[in-house]
Amino acid sequence: MAGAPTMPRWRPCWVTERRLNGWLALGLIATLAIGAAVGPYAIAPQQLVAVLSGDRSDPQAVTVLWNIRLPRVLAAAMVGAALAAAGAAYQTTFRNPLVSPDILGVSAGAGFGAVLGILLGWPVMAIQMLGFGTGLATVAMVLGLTMVLRGAGQVLVMVLCGIAIGALAGAGISLVKLLADPEQQLPAITFWLMGSLAGVKRPDIAAALPALLVGLAPLLALRWRIGLLAMGDDEARSMGIDATRLRLLVIACATLMTAAAVALAGVIGWIGLMVPHMARLLTGPRFDRLLPAAILIGAGFMVLVDTSARSIATVEVPLGILTAVLGAPLFVWLLARGTKAWSE
Amino acid sequence: MTPLLTATGLAIGHGGKVLIRGIDLSLDRGSVLCLLGPNGAGKTTLFRTLLGLIPPVHGRIALGGEPLSRLSRLQVAARLAHVPQALATPFAFTALDIVLMGAAARLGPFARPGRVEAERAMAALDRLGIADLAGAEVTRLSGGQRQLVLIARALAQEAAAMVMDEPTASLDFANRRQVGHAIRRLADAGTGIILSSHDPDHAAAIADRALLLNRSGLLASGTVAETMTAGNLSRLYGIPVRREQGDDGRLRFY
Repeated sequence: MAGAPTMPRWRPCWVTERRLNGWLALGLIATLAIGAAVGPYAIAPQQLVAVLSGDRSDPQAVTVLWNIRLPRVLAAAMVGAALAAAGAAYQTTFRNPLVSPDILGVSAGAGFGAVLGILLGWPVMAIQMLGFGTGLATVAMVLGLTMVLRGAGQVLVMVLCGIAIGALAGAGISLVKLLADPEQQLPAITFWLMGSLAGVKRPDIAAALPALLVGLAPLLALRWRIGLLAMGDDEARSMGIDATRLRLLVIACATLMTAAAVALAGVIGWIGLMVPHMARLLTGPRFDRLLPAAILIGAGFMVLVDTSARSIATVEVPLGILTAVLGAPLFVWLLARGTKAWSE
Repeated sequence: MTPLLTATGLAIGHGGKVLIRGIDLSLDRGSVLCLLGPNGAGKTTLFRTLLGLIPPVHGRIALGGEPLSRLSRLQVAARLAHVPQALATPFAFTALDIVLMGAAARLGPFARPGRVEAERAMAALDRLGIADLAGAEVTRLSGGQRQLVLIARALAQEAAAMVMDEPTASLDFANRRQVGHAIRRLADAGTGIILSSHDPDHAAAIADRALLLNRSGLLASGTVAETMTAGNLSRLYGIPVRREQGDDGRLRFY
């Protein structure tokens, strides 16, 4: 080779990566503080700091913050992080930027299980497990159908199967509603299906946290290898990845997180689609960089949405309505931008 | 010296149904073996079998003397790299991100590539003369550049042998020549390469040995000069083919 090879100096990626995640974490803390301060009983910033550091001179502020606000903002952050991480994981492993827990029918499937749990009067933990079971069964059915029917554009087949199975789960939900006690259970089910964090208590968070962490830990630990699944099974396998097992693990983890989020806050669509796209604008498509950013953005975003949901009107606006108002236009924009690139 | 890759008495196919039987091949360091044959002859199936992606119906495959069936996915990846026909991902990875993936065969399950892997990836891009494309999104590159990125990834995998599925099929004349030169240079530096091609001229220009496959099975195998005869190619493609040797010693087919 003639002359010295000109090699561009490689800049360590984690410098900018750490900085980005640092800023996102700061943003998340700020949104948590805003969420904790805003409400019918407003808490000033200095009072917030005082109560959090153990000052008990204002018993009302202590009660509001520890029993109502903090559980609620933490639950919002958990739900946002879980849905965003699940969405990013589904998009990468299915090699499709348009899939999300709701489009694959997982949300509806987990929702059916959870609604059934409510109808049977089960405790939160059991509702979560039932939601997880039906959520996983939904993914299994969608994947199974896609494999049986494959041939014409697998991605499209998968999304259509998700819609079909999701509709089936929707029918199940309707049946549960019909059977529910119209005075007590039905209003609770209906409001919960639209997504709500009203009335979240500390035990609810404690019940959902294990499922969330169990789902999240393998995704974070294996995140670079998971990113290779975006290249397709044959390629990933020829690079030394056990693609079949890794994909199953990712699907199980993402579904567990979705079920935990659904059990905690009801069915909240669009977060799993929107947030990974926002994060990808900052990090690029690499899953190892995308996942931490999506978790932080999802948590902060959900806290902001929930804070708006209980502030913009005298009655609480269901979360699913707010996220749909934000998410549907974004989805159409993605379609308009992507049709060229993805139809080739 | 042990060949990088051998197959003996190999029968390939799907679900126990035999597509081709009686394949014997051997790939040495520094040589290019070209698979020629019409569409549907089973070239891609043969590659997938050699890579261990589907099991052989009969016969044995060995990588560096060890039976393929006894090697783990990681061990296979460390010995034999794959260059797919085209890049199939909807995401706008940079060329460097793609090449870094080649490090998976040598990294622990929880590891992420760091400085060492990145420098190795840059060196691979540089060897193929596309170091300046490291930061470019692959969705914006030309077909030839994308192919070179995939070859760089195989190089970063540091396997002694490579399988390339029609590396030049969808490329224009200039890109085809560039990728062909790159393949020959890799082989001259010691890599063993097995590839498939639709173009006998191109195959004769870069390959040392050839394997002719048609729908009824293995037609011929050996050095390019002895297997790629006018008679064999006429039988392979089912049309009359003429062979000429130019003043530069290169074979051309009409």
